[in-house]
Amino acid sequence: MRRAWGIAAGLVLACGLNLSLAAGREARPLAEDPALEARVMEIAEDLRCLVCQNETLAASHAGLAVDLRAQIRERLAAGEDRAQIIDFMVARYGDFILYRPPFQPNTWVLWVGPFVLLALALAIMARVIRQRREQGTGDEASFDEEAPS
Amino acid sequence: MKKQAWLPLLVFLVLVGFLAVGLRLDPRDLPSPLIDRPAPQFALPSVDAMDQVRDSGDLRGQVWLLNVWASWCVACRQEHGALMDFAAQESVPLYGLNYKDRHGDAVRWLRERGDPYVDSFFDGEGRVGIDFGVYGVPETFLIDREGRIRYKHAGPLTPELLRDTILPLIGALGA
Amino acid sequence: MIPEIGHFALTLALLLACVQVVLPLWGAARDRTAWMALGRPAAAGQALFVLVAFACLMWSFYANDFSVRYVVQHSNTALPWAYRLAAVWGGHEGSILLWLLILSGWTLAVALFSRHLEFGMLARILGIMGLISIGFLLFILFTSNPFDRLFPAALNGDDLNPQLQDPGLILHPPLLYMGYVGMAVPFGFAMAALLAGKLDAAWARWTRPWATVSWCFLTLGIALGSAWAYYELGWGGWWFWDPVENASLMPWLVGAALLHSLAVTEKRGTFKMWTVLLAIIAFSLSLLGTFLVRSGVLTSVHAFATDPKRGVFILLFLGIVVGGSLLLFALRAAQVGLGGRFATVSRESMLLGNNVLLMVAASAVLLGTLYPLLIDALGMGKLSVGPPYFNAVFVPLMAPALFLMGIGPIARWQRADAGGLARRLRWALAVSLAAALATPWLAGGWSAWTSFGYFLAFWIFASVAVNLGGRLAARPWREWWRVLRVQPGSYYGMLVAHVGMGVLVVGVTTVGSYEIERDVIMRPSETASAAGYVFRLDTISQRPGSNYIADRAVISVFRNEQRIAILTPERRIYTAAQSANPMTEASIDTGLTRDLYVALGDALEGGAWIVRIYVKPFVSWIWGGGILMALGGGLAVLDRRYRRRVAQADGCVAPVAAPPPPSYPDTGAAVPKRVETTA
Repeated sequence: MRRAWGIAAGLVLACGLNLSLAAGREARPLAEDPALEARVMEIAEDLRCLVCQNETLAASHAGLAVDLRAQIRERLAAGEDRAQIIDFMVARYGDFILYRPPFQPNTWVLWVGPFVLLALALAIMARVIRQRREQGTGDEASFDEEAPS
Repeated sequence: MKKQAWLPLLVFLVLVGFLAVGLRLDPRDLPSPLIDRPAPQFALPSVDAMDQVRDSGDLRGQVWLLNVWASWCVACRQEHGALMDFAAQESVPLYGLNYKDRHGDAVRWLRERGDPYVDSFFDGEGRVGIDFGVYGVPETFLIDREGRIRYKHAGPLTPELLRDTILPLIGALGA
Repeated sequence: MIPEIGHFALTLALLLACVQVVLPLWGAARDRTAWMALGRPAAAGQALFVLVAFACLMWSFYANDFSVRYVVQHSNTALPWAYRLAAVWGGHEGSILLWLLILSGWTLAVALFSRHLEFGMLARILGIMGLISIGFLLFILFTSNPFDRLFPAALNGDDLNPQLQDPGLILHPPLLYMGYVGMAVPFGFAMAALLAGKLDAAWARWTRPWATVSWCFLTLGIALGSAWAYYELGWGGWWFWDPVENASLMPWLVGAALLHSLAVTEKRGTFKMWTVLLAIIAFSLSLLGTFLVRSGVLTSVHAFATDPKRGVFILLFLGIVVGGSLLLFALRAAQVGLGGRFATVSRESMLLGNNVLLMVAASAVLLGTLYPLLIDALGMGKLSVGPPYFNAVFVPLMAPALFLMGIGPIARWQRADAGGLARRLRWALAVSLAAALATPWLAGGWSAWTSFGYFLAFWIFASVAVNLGGRLAARPWREWWRVLRVQPGSYYGMLVAHVGMGVLVVGVTTVGSYEIERDVIMRPSETASAAGYVFRLDTISQRPGSNYIADRAVISVFRNEQRIAILTPERRIYTAAQSANPMTEASIDTGLTRDLYVALGDALEGGAWIVRIYVKPFVSWIWGGGILMALGGGLAVLDRRYRRRVAQADGCVAPVAAPPPPSYPDTGAAVPKRVETTA
């Protein structure tokens, strides 16, 4: 009888262990402070790695990228804000390190250009439509669309 | 209507002009924003004597060269001969910034190959390098009497560069 | 011997290309049928010899001929044979030969499938395409010969870049080049029209399928490239606004504008000049992309090894081809004539709006890509333009185009009733707004951008439903099946392609708003959880591959205590590679509603490893949308009006030129009634 209970207890224990098959020990996050790390990455995503120049500072494995991310982390922890950290980087590496070009005289055309172009294109389009409309309608019957209404 | 048809061609020719100029440029080359600005102040141990801290302010009043190097840097070996020759000329003092290196390796490297530097500053963590905007090794800075950076070169120095660019600049700075 | 045969074959191809250009073009100008007739055989001959050259290069790779310099640079005996063959286009010289091969293939296709085209027109098209072939042949023979020998021969090669050792290399460049190079066909058609000084209904009808098929290939090529980057680079991004990616996006945008513009030109004879210009611009952007990747003016992860001589050559070639075509455009555009009339609210004006938005978007991408170069050339500093810029500018420009996508297909040609449109679409608008607000709520995190994205997607779906529903509602339900069967292929193509766009937007919005990333340090038997999934590191071991050694982790994924997936990310060191940098191979469990993505990082002390875990909801909808769009294009090309024409023209043998179909009269008066009405 005791053996049956023992076996039963053993089975229950085993089932319990099976149920917690997925629940091993929880892994430690890589960053000591994930919230801070998220802010570091947010800033680093907008910066360019100068060694692997086609990667963001967030993604790059280069030594300099690791160092600069460490700088960002320290400064954020010390209470600096994003603008100050960006200034820090630009003072040392120039505008080149910014993936988001700052709005300044040599980037006015870049930022404003597409929308100016859009406005111009829409104006031309309006003129073309007006031209075409004023020259009278064509023969509608031969171009009847299958679509009702 | 007819005149507008020439617009695409015009835009294209301007574009080709820019692309042609672009062929001569190097998109990877990064000019330093610190040119004509005060060089970063720093205080670092000397590689020759790690218990002594050298301050960059001590170098005010003279024109000097700062060469960023490391024992793990392959390209530094290329420029080493040119540096030794330059040091032998004794025009201006040549200081080294030993960047993200191990002290033992650095000392050994200098002993094996020769030490062209008056002294080298040990920047183990690379923080001073970041302040100088270093993004690769080797890099070389020319600093004037008032402590301003006047010229920077990224990559190994060549005898031609020293002779044709750096020495004339040094002369112009009145050294 | 084989490389020399390949080299010689290229020379022969060059001679044939010259024949293909000079005689047909001259013959078309002088109306000499015999000369025009040389176009087809010359094109066939050129294609044959280019194929021979390509086969020789492929053989050199397969047989590990390390006396050929190009093979040494990109191959190795340990490289699996599939990659040895794909390595043919792994570097600059071979990929340019692939370009040429595909160009000669397209030229041959045009020569074969054009029995219904007016003879002079075909001659001109083949001549123009031959001109481009000549440019590439000269480029290869003088600056980029893949058959250059290396003496003494190397013992073994440098191996293919590990990141390229992937099935993606087998498919992505060929598909992409099919699209890039395919744009040469509408370009040829456009130039032929300018040279002949006329552009008629037949021109539009037959340019359209070629433009559509090229665009389909481009869509697939870009989607595949994006998917490849996603699983290869190890951190789950799928678009980087890298200069070379932009170089493929721009022809895609302009190609899409071209497709829509061709629809108007075919149906109504309007926008002729604009369509011709779009065809020229689309191919010009293809050539520009080729220049950007190989000249070294821009830094890019895709850039080939550069050589200033090559850059100058391509720029010269670009200048001649594009400059020449734009010059011809400026001189001849007025002759091509205007077209029909349309009201302010009409399908024409909607499509015009679509064109404007797509072109401005493409211009914005061009501006952003070239801006660092422009500023540097002007001595105004050194800048970077990256994803933050492109995302900020591209999205607002494309959003109105997506909105128009809902209205355009329902609007009538020439004159649409604005009130009627609004009435038909009002419930679609309501449903879209409601879904746009509700979905983020349900997904667990509301933001304005997320809602906006969903609004556009649902708007597209709802308006497609209105469109289809409108056709069905006009008939009693018994006839619905017949109604569906009777709709032309181009109608379904349009619906499917538009739905594909909506699917893409759902994917982009969802993964951008709700993806989850966790970086953890794991030891065997430890777990990490994300978004309701539990990831457990089971084992980690070393295993050798054919030309690498890998650390391989086995990770089980559980949901609700059930194991649903086993992922095996690896960290590989390729033994022959010049740099011993480890390469990460992510492991992905793809699903309809989410991807589980795990990448292995560095090893730490004590048997612990850095593991990057991502849960990416709906990311597969991005590639799914791309595939749907390409499918839509395919359906449009299978439209019966193309097949009927071919059947009618069978047995019709040139040299007697078929009488050209009636032109749209320039006065824009009553236009001839068409036999079939198309969507």
